[in-house]
Amino acid sequence: MYSTKYVKPNSTTEALEAIKSLGDGKFLAGGMTLIPTLKQRLASPDGLVDLSGCKLDSIAEEGETLKIGAMARHVSVAESAVVKKVIPALAKLADGIGDRQVRNRGTIGGSVANNDPSACYPSAVLALKATIHTNNRSIAADDFFTGMFETALEDDEIIESISFSKPTKANYVKFPNPASRYAMVGVFVAQFGDEVRVAVTGAGEGGVFRHQEMESVLSSNFSADSLSSVNIDSDGLISDLHASAEYRANLIKEMTKRAVV
Amino acid sequence: MNEVTKIDGIGSSVRRTEDKKFLTGKGKYTDDINRPGQVQAYFLRSDVAHAKIKKIDVKDAQSAPGVVGVFTGDDIAADKVGGPICGWVVPCRDGSATKEPPHPLLAQGKVRFVGDAIAVVLAETAEQAKSGAELIEVDYEELSPVVDFENAGEGAQIHDEVPNNCYFDWELGDEKATADALSSAKKIVKLRVRNNRLVPNAMEPRCALAEFDNLDDSYTLHTTSQNPHLTRLVLAAFMFAIPESKLRVIAPDVGGGFGSKIYVYIEEAVCVWASKKVGRPVKWTADRTQAFLTDCHGRDHVNDVQLGLDENNKIVGLRVDTVCNLGAYLSAFSVVVPTYLHGTLLSGQYDIPAIYTNVKGMATNTVNVDAYRGAGRPEATYLLERTMETAAREVGMDPAEFRRINFIPKGAFPYQTQVALQYDIGDYEPHLDKAMEMIDYSNFEKRRAEAAKRGMYRGIGISSYIEACGLAPSAVVGALGGRVGQWESASVRVNPTGTISVFTGSHSHGQGHATTFAQIVADKLGIPMENVEVVHGDTDKTPFGMGSYGSRSLASGGSAISKAVDKIINKSKKIAAHLLEASEDDIDFKDGKFVVGGTDKEKAFGEIALAAYVPHNYPLETLEPGLEENAFYDPTNFVYPSGTHIAEVEVDPATGVVQVVDWAACDDFGNLVNPMIVEGQVHGGIAQGIGQALLEDAHYDENGQLLTASYMDYCMPRADDLPSFKVGYTTTPSTVNDLGVKGCGEAGAIASPPALINAVIDALSPLGVTDMSMPATPQKVWKAIQDSQSVAAE
Ligand SMILES: Cc1cc2nc3c(=O)[nH]c(=O)nc-3n(C[C@H](O)[C@H](O)[C@H](O)COP(=O)(O)OP(=O)(O)OC[C@H]3O[C@@H](n4cnc5c(N)ncnc54)[C@H](O)[C@@H]3O)c2cc1C
Repeated sequence: MYSTKYVKPNSTTEALEAIKSLGDGKFLAGGMTLIPTLKQRLASPDGLVDLSGCKLDSIAEEGETLKIGAMARHVSVAESAVVKKVIPALAKLADGIGDRQVRNRGTIGGSVANNDPSACYPSAVLALKATIHTNNRSIAADDFFTGMFETALEDDEIIESISFSKPTKANYVKFPNPASRYAMVGVFVAQFGDEVRVAVTGAGEGGVFRHQEMESVLSSNFSADSLSSVNIDSDGLISDLHASAEYRANLIKEMTKRAVV
Repeated sequence: MNEVTKIDGIGSSVRRTEDKKFLTGKGKYTDDINRPGQVQAYFLRSDVAHAKIKKIDVKDAQSAPGVVGVFTGDDIAADKVGGPICGWVVPCRDGSATKEPPHPLLAQGKVRFVGDAIAVVLAETAEQAKSGAELIEVDYEELSPVVDFENAGEGAQIHDEVPNNCYFDWELGDEKATADALSSAKKIVKLRVRNNRLVPNAMEPRCALAEFDNLDDSYTLHTTSQNPHLTRLVLAAFMFAIPESKLRVIAPDVGGGFGSKIYVYIEEAVCVWASKKVGRPVKWTADRTQAFLTDCHGRDHVNDVQLGLDENNKIVGLRVDTVCNLGAYLSAFSVVVPTYLHGTLLSGQYDIPAIYTNVKGMATNTVNVDAYRGAGRPEATYLLERTMETAAREVGMDPAEFRRINFIPKGAFPYQTQVALQYDIGDYEPHLDKAMEMIDYSNFEKRRAEAAKRGMYRGIGISSYIEACGLAPSAVVGALGGRVGQWESASVRVNPTGTISVFTGSHSHGQGHATTFAQIVADKLGIPMENVEVVHGDTDKTPFGMGSYGSRSLASGGSAISKAVDKIINKSKKIAAHLLEASEDDIDFKDGKFVVGGTDKEKAFGEIALAAYVPHNYPLETLEPGLEENAFYDPTNFVYPSGTHIAEVEVDPATGVVQVVDWAACDDFGNLVNPMIVEGQVHGGIAQGIGQALLEDAHYDENGQLLTASYMDYCMPRADDLPSFKVGYTTTPSTVNDLGVKGCGEAGAIASPPALINAVIDALSPLGVTDMSMPATPQKVWKAIQDSQSVAAE
C-alpha cells in the first residue's frame, strides 16, 4: 500500500473535521474491505479517519426499533442478547458473515456504507424497514441503496447508527459463494403483521433489491408452498463464473422457501 | 528391543517431533531470514497474455525514491545467464525431439503469459520497489492470445521454435495391437474427460534471499525449494556456469510445495544474479496474487478414452488420446508428467492385453503447468476409473464386480504391463473388499432409498488406483529421456556418545521426515529416537540429494538411510569383534547390543561409538577410526502403492450442492513406519482430491487473464467440505527396498477425484445423468439435473 496518514478522532464531530482537513480522506471502520483495497494499491486516499474512537458501537432497543451503532462489530451483533431477543434473524445473519477474524473486525456501518452486492446486511436493512442515521439526516432504507457499491451517502457523511423495525417474524437464509463465502444469493424475509418484505442480496446487477411478487404472494399466504407458482425473472441478475443468472434465479426462490418457516 | 525402542520404532505412531516449532509459530521460513544491507526485489510483470515488447523505459523508475537498481532482459543477456531448463524430454512420434524454446529470466522481446516477468526493481523497501516498478513504461504490440489448448495448434505461434504450438507429440504402447483388440471387442466404451487445471496454493508463497560474497566469489541462496541440491545444480551448471562449490543453497522450513517448489524459477535466479550486480543481498517474497499467477499450475488435460470389452466383460484393449496444456514455457518436469508419469499408469490395477496412448503437449499463453501432487498419475487414474465405472454401468454390472473380474490376479506378479512398467507385487481384491466393508457397500441401496425420502439423491463411487512412486531407477529414467539420476543419498554420523546425526538428501516441507527417518534409525540401531537428529535442506551440510517429490522420500530417501545404517552396523561389528576378542562372524547385533553368539559377552552400541572415536583399544591397522557412513541408493524398480477409495455423496436437487457424506480409503502402502503420519498424508491427499473434484478450477478468460487469481474466486477445500475419513490398510510389502515401503504422499489426491465424480454420477443416474465434469460445482450439478428433466419431458 502507499503510505498514508492515519487519525483517530474521539467523536463524529472531530471525525468530520479531520476528513475535511485531509482532502481526499476515507473513513476507516473495520477495514475488512478498505485495507485490502489499499494493500492492492487500488486506492490511495490522502488519509484514514478511524471511527473506532467515536463511540458508535452501542446496541439498544428503542421503542419499536432496534438501534445498532455503525461501529458495532459483526461479532457484537451476533452475540448481543438484545439482538437475539428482538430480531434473532439479524444475529444469525451477523454470525454467518465471513470468518471469525472478519467478524471480529467488520462493522455494520462499514458493510452498509460499502453496499457490496454480495454483502449480507443490506438485505436486512431493506427487509426490516431500517432507517440509516447519519451525522446530519435520517435516510429510509428504500432510498438508501442506489446501485452496486452505491448509496445515498454524500461525500464525508458518516453513518452513526441504523434502526431496524421490529418484525413479527424474520429469517435470513444465505447460499454462500463456495470460494468467498459472501452471499451468492441471500434472502431476508420479514413479516410485519400482514405486510411481508423480501430483500434479495448477492444476485442483483443493481445490488440488493426487494422482490415485490414474492412479497405479495407471501402477504396473502405466508408459506413456502405458496411460492411454487412464482416465476423468478433472471433478467437483471448477476451472471458470473460461479453462477449464471438462471441459477441465481433458482436460488432466490429456493432460499426464500427455506426462509419462510 | 528395549522398552524405548518399542515405543519409537518402525510401525509406531510417534508424535511428530518437528511440530512444536510449527504449532507455536516459531518455524523459520525463508521470509523470516534477513541479511544486513539487503534490498527488496519487485518484478514488473506482464498484464497482457501475448505481446511483442516494443520498448521498455525504466528511466523514471531508476530515479524513484529508494530504488537501487532496475534491470531488464537485456541486462541479463549481457551477462550471458541462461534460463531454467527442462529436466526430462521425450521423443515425438515423427522421430523429432521435444521442442525446447528458451525461457529467458526476464522477457526478451516478447511476453507469453499474464505474469511473465519483464523487469526487476531493487529498492531499500518492498513498497519502494513496487512504486518504482509503477514508473516503468512498457510499450506492447499485442498478439492474439492462445488460451484454448485443444485448439492451440491453430492459434498464433508463441515460440519460433515450437511449430503449431506443440511441444511434443508422443506415444506409448502398441497402436496396431490395440486397434485390432478394439475392432474385435464386443463392446467399446467411449468417454471424454477433462482434468481441470489447479493452482497449487502452498501455504507459504515462494521466496528467495540471495547473497554474494565478493571475498571468495561465492553465493548463498535461501529459497523455498523441495530439492536444494537440484536447485544448486541447475543454477550453477546451467544458468550461471559457476562451480557448484561457489553456490550454497539452503531451503529452511518450507511451508508446503505439492510439486510447485521442485523447479528453479526465474525469480530465484534473478535474485542470485542481482546480488552480485548491486553488491547487496537481494530478497524477494511473492504475495498471494503472484503465487496464483506464476507458480506452476497442475493437471489441465483432455483425454479421449476407448475401452474394449469381450463377451465376458473382460477388458481387451485401451486407447487413450490426450491433449494437455503445458503453458507458456517448458518447466523442469512438465514434459514427463503427462507422458511417462501418466501413460505408463494406464493399465491401472487391470490385466489389459493391449494399450496405446498418444499425448500432445501444447503451448498456450498461460503460466507453465508442471507436477502437482500426483503428477500424471491422478490424470491416469481419473480417466481410467471414470471409464471403468461407465463401462460397468453400460454393461449392467456392479462396478465393484466389474473391477474384480478385470484385476491383475494375485498370482500374476511380477506383472508386465503393456505400457512399460513392471509391477513387482500387489494384491487388489483385499483392499476392494475391505473398503466395501468399511463403507457398508452392501447396504447402500437402503441408504439411497432413505435419502430419497428426504428428497436427496444419494450415490456411491469407487476408485481403485495404482501409482508408481519412489522415483526411480536411474537407468530407466535415463532410457526414457530423463536428464537426472533418481537415486537418493544419506549420510549417517554416529557421534562419540552414540547419538546419531542423519543427513538426508530428501527434503521435508511438511511430510514429517524428522520423525519418520529417526524412527528407522532408532529401530535399526535399537536406540531411543531422541538420540537421532535429522538434518536436511542445506547443500553445505547434506550429501548431494535429489529432494522430495513423487512420494519418493521414504522409499528412496529412507532406503538410503537404511543402507547407511547397515554399513554402520557392519563396521560396528568389526569393532565389537575386536573389543570382545571374537571373530566378526560370531557377532550378532540385536536390541542395540553386539553379542558374541552363545555367550553373555556383549557391548552396547554406545560403547562401540566411543571406541571408534577414542581408539585406544582399536584395530587401527585394519580399520579406520570414526563411525560415519554414506549411502547412495538407486532403486531397481518403482514402488507401486495401490488401493480402493469409495465415496458416498448426497446431492440436493434444489441447489445442486454435493455433500460428501462418507469416505472409505483402503490403501496398500507396504510397511508403515509411522501410521499416524501416513494417515495424515491420506487425509490431506483426499482433501486435495475433493478440492479438485468439487471446488477448484483455475480459469483463464479468452484474453488469457486468470479470473480465479484470489481466494474470492478460487475455491480451496475447507474442513466443512470434508467428511470424517475412514482409513484402512492392506499390506503387501514392496520387494524393491529393504524396508518394504511404498509411498503414501500422493495416493489420496490420486484416488479420490474419480471416486467422488463416480458417486455424483451414480447419485444422479436415476435421472439419466451419465457424465459430470470436474469440479462438480452446485451450478453445474443443478444444470445437469435441469437438463435431464427437460430431456425427460420431451
Ligand atoms: C474474507 C472476508 C469475508 C467476508 N464475508 C462476508 C460475508 O459473508 N457477508 C458480508 O456481508 N460481508 C462479508 N465481508 C465483508 C465484511 O464483513 C465487512 O462488512 C466489510 O468488509 C465492510 O466493513 P468494515 O467495517 O470492514 O468497513 P471498512 O472496510 O473499514 O470500510 C468500508 C467502506 O465503508 C466506509 N465506511 C465505513 N464505515 C463508515 C461509516 N460509519 N460511515 C460512512 N462510511 C463508512 C469506508 O470509508 C469504506 O469506504 C467479508 C470480508 C472479508 C475480508
